Amino acid sequence: MLTIATGNKAVAAAAREARPGVVAAYPITPQTEIVEQLATYVTEGSLDAEYIPVESEHSAMAACIGASVAGARTFTATSSHGLLYMHEMLFWAAGARTPVVMANVNRALGPGWNTWAEHTDALAQRDTGWLQVFVGSVQEAYDATLMAFRISEDERVLLPVMVNLDGFTLSHITQSLETVEVGDFIPPYSLPHAIDVSRPRGYGTLTPPEAYYRFRWDIERSMRASREVIRETEQEFARRFGRVYGPTEDYRCDDADVLVVALGTLGKEAEVAVDLLRDEGVKAGSMRLRWLRPFPALDLAGRDVVVIDRDYSFGFGGVIAHSIRSTTRTEPFSVIAGLGGQEVTYDDIARFVRQREAGAESWFGVSD
Amino acid sequence: MFEIRIHSRGGQGGVTAAKLVAQASFHDGKFATAFPFYGAERRGAPVVSFVRISDGPIKVYSQVHAPDMVIVLDASVMDATDVLAGLKDGGPVVINAAEPPEIPGHPVHAVDLTGIALAQNLVVAGSPILNTPVLGALARLGLVSMESAIAAISETFADPRNIEAAKSAYAEVNE
Amino acid sequence: MNPLPAEEYLHKCTTACAGCTSSLSLRYVLKAAGPDTVLVVPACCTAVIQGVYPDTAMNVNVYNIAFAAAAATASGMAAAFRRAGKQTNVICYAGDGGTVDIGIQALSGALERGTDFLYICYDNEAYGNTGMQRSGSTPAGAITTTTPGGKTDAKKDLDRIVAAHDLPYMATACAAYPQDLYNKVKKALSIPGPKFIHLLSPCPPGWRYAAERSVEMGKLAVKTGLWVLYEREFGELRINPVSKAAMKRPAPLEDYLGPQGRFRGISDAAQAALVAGMEKNHRRLLAEEAGEC
Repeated sequence: MLTIATGNKAVAAAAREARPGVVAAYPITPQTEIVEQLATYVTEGSLDAEYIPVESEHSAMAACIGASVAGARTFTATSSHGLLYMHEMLFWAAGARTPVVMANVNRALGPGWNTWAEHTDALAQRDTGWLQVFVGSVQEAYDATLMAFRISEDERVLLPVMVNLDGFTLSHITQSLETVEVGDFIPPYSLPHAIDVSRPRGYGTLTPPEAYYRFRWDIERSMRASREVIRETEQEFARRFGRVYGPTEDYRCDDADVLVVALGTLGKEAEVAVDLLRDEGVKAGSMRLRWLRPFPALDLAGRDVVVIDRDYSFGFGGVIAHSIRSTTRTEPFSVIAGLGGQEVTYDDIARFVRQREAGAESWFGVSD
Repeated sequence: MFEIRIHSRGGQGGVTAAKLVAQASFHDGKFATAFPFYGAERRGAPVVSFVRISDGPIKVYSQVHAPDMVIVLDASVMDATDVLAGLKDGGPVVINAAEPPEIPGHPVHAVDLTGIALAQNLVVAGSPILNTPVLGALARLGLVSMESAIAAISETFADPRNIEAAKSAYAEVNE
Repeated sequence: MNPLPAEEYLHKCTTACAGCTSSLSLRYVLKAAGPDTVLVVPACCTAVIQGVYPDTAMNVNVYNIAFAAAAATASGMAAAFRRAGKQTNVICYAGDGGTVDIGIQALSGALERGTDFLYICYDNEAYGNTGMQRSGSTPAGAITTTTPGGKTDAKKDLDRIVAAHDLPYMATACAAYPQDLYNKVKKALSIPGPKFIHLLSPCPPGWRYAAERSVEMGKLAVKTGLWVLYEREFGELRINPVSKAAMKRPAPLEDYLGPQGRFRGISDAAQAALVAGMEKNHRRLLAEEAGEC
């Protein structure tokens, strides 16, 4: 059905379509609309789920882990400080192989208080064992949330998935949305290691060095296998519902001499900058990075690369710039822009491209 | 692409007005996006929201810096805010006022949205509802069709007085 | 008197310390709960006691979870089981640190939400798993590795915090009274909604007494009146007869403190604080039982 929705409402609608058995969540700006909507669905009866109004995000993730292993599909949503408060339990969810799906509305971290978009919250979770996808439109927020359940619950994966959308810029924007009837696109929830009282097991028991590393390797093995599962899922989604996704969204990249790499809405804004630059005769392209984990294999050889990081690792650099540098053997021009909702327009992005300097780092708006 | 900036105060429904315009444009077969720029969320503070309408998909997420049209739901924000900032030459201003103020270089379309809302007794939590009548005025100015405006309103609000208010504004706004 | 079932769900191959009453209590808890049970265990001694991967000393499902997260994890499990129409018992078995300190927020939340589970805090009055550091549950005067001069603050009154949630069933118990513990677990599990049992667990290495004296220490804790056995069912308080008797004619406090190295050299002030706290607790409980509050 064609309708209009905010990013938050689209995520809630997709979560409902996936029929979770348990939703445990805690409000935080700018994510709150998602949990309000899910609570409303449960109250009005359009979602047959247990809604657990937990007292913290740490408990939200703990409850999702408990419910997941007890046999229920689970969903939660958070943002910023909520995500950081969950940090410990994010590792636990991945290590316990519980396929929790979570929306994270990307928001800056305090102090000072700032509720606008930034990606540092999610990037600070990059080593937790979660799959992470970043979306660039309301439609994609919906589609990625649906696909997240299928990917996460696939027996070759069994790892949690985080769907990231930009705070306010995407969570609160109203755009058109084509909803779907998911049918058997998401198979019934079936966890091979779900609790079975007829087969008592010790979960997460004291594990000595000679066994522990095998469990870690198993996470990495599944993370590697998830690339194929993601590819299959995105192909099947395209076959059924007609919208095509991949590890990146490439716009005018084929003959491009210079590529802009960015996450989320900045990656969409970059497409407009690319059109401007093309009009000027600059062969630019936009490669919007969708999947952060597993990190895709990118072929950037022989081209200039401009990476826009809406994040920063202090004392090190832009996380995406460094990720690109280390995986593609390119020397990108690293731009740090959009922190805490800093306004970045397509004109600004076009200027980044014109002023690119391989290997250099530039903080947008900072002159000293 | 047609870009609109809406000025209002928190609690007056400016954010919903942007959504309604996008929804009506969507019914007109256009692509549209609407989004607010939030400061601290509190009643009474000046709020800005944006609408983009286009024949093709919209990829721009940055704020509207050079609007084609400005809508002012509360004329008192003009004391504190330059509502004309970046407005394109000749770009119209739609304003909630009984009489159109003089704004050199810009056509001004005035309509007493507050009066219309009060006449319909459209008041929520002490504030007259301005975002549904303004849609009628925008339909009269050709931004959206009246049919789509009514569709957007009725999808959002059950109370039929909202549609009556939009019809009044349609009749009363100066072209 | 309920006969104790012969079935064992905690096998002898635990990796508990000699004289451990946490594991002794768990044996009775599981006998009462039976096989249709999931035990949720945060970081605490039981995380070690249950054995080392790939072995387990438990014959029920045990779900280990992060320190602060036991009650919240149980919330999720209880919700999933209810949805599936399963009657599986969800029991948190957590130490005092994981309950009165780091886990109290999650516990409070789960109680407030009416979670259908049983939370058992086995209380050895310090962080035992990490080598006996002070917890909020350590009594005044007790030496721990972080209170080498004896704790100057009083034991946190966990039971009054829990009682403030007005839950359908709560009780205190002690491993030295296994039949009482068994009966209370049985009763708790027969009642829907949140249930809580506070279990005093004498700890030979932590309290520094000889391992064979664990049951004796538990009995002395009760007979001196320091630890009161009671249950509160739908707001109705019943103090166990042994504790009623102890309140009237308490055993000498020295009998309990003397054998425990953690109280060696306890100051008069700390001892007076212990006694004052005990007497205040008795007055409150007796008044409540008499319907005076």
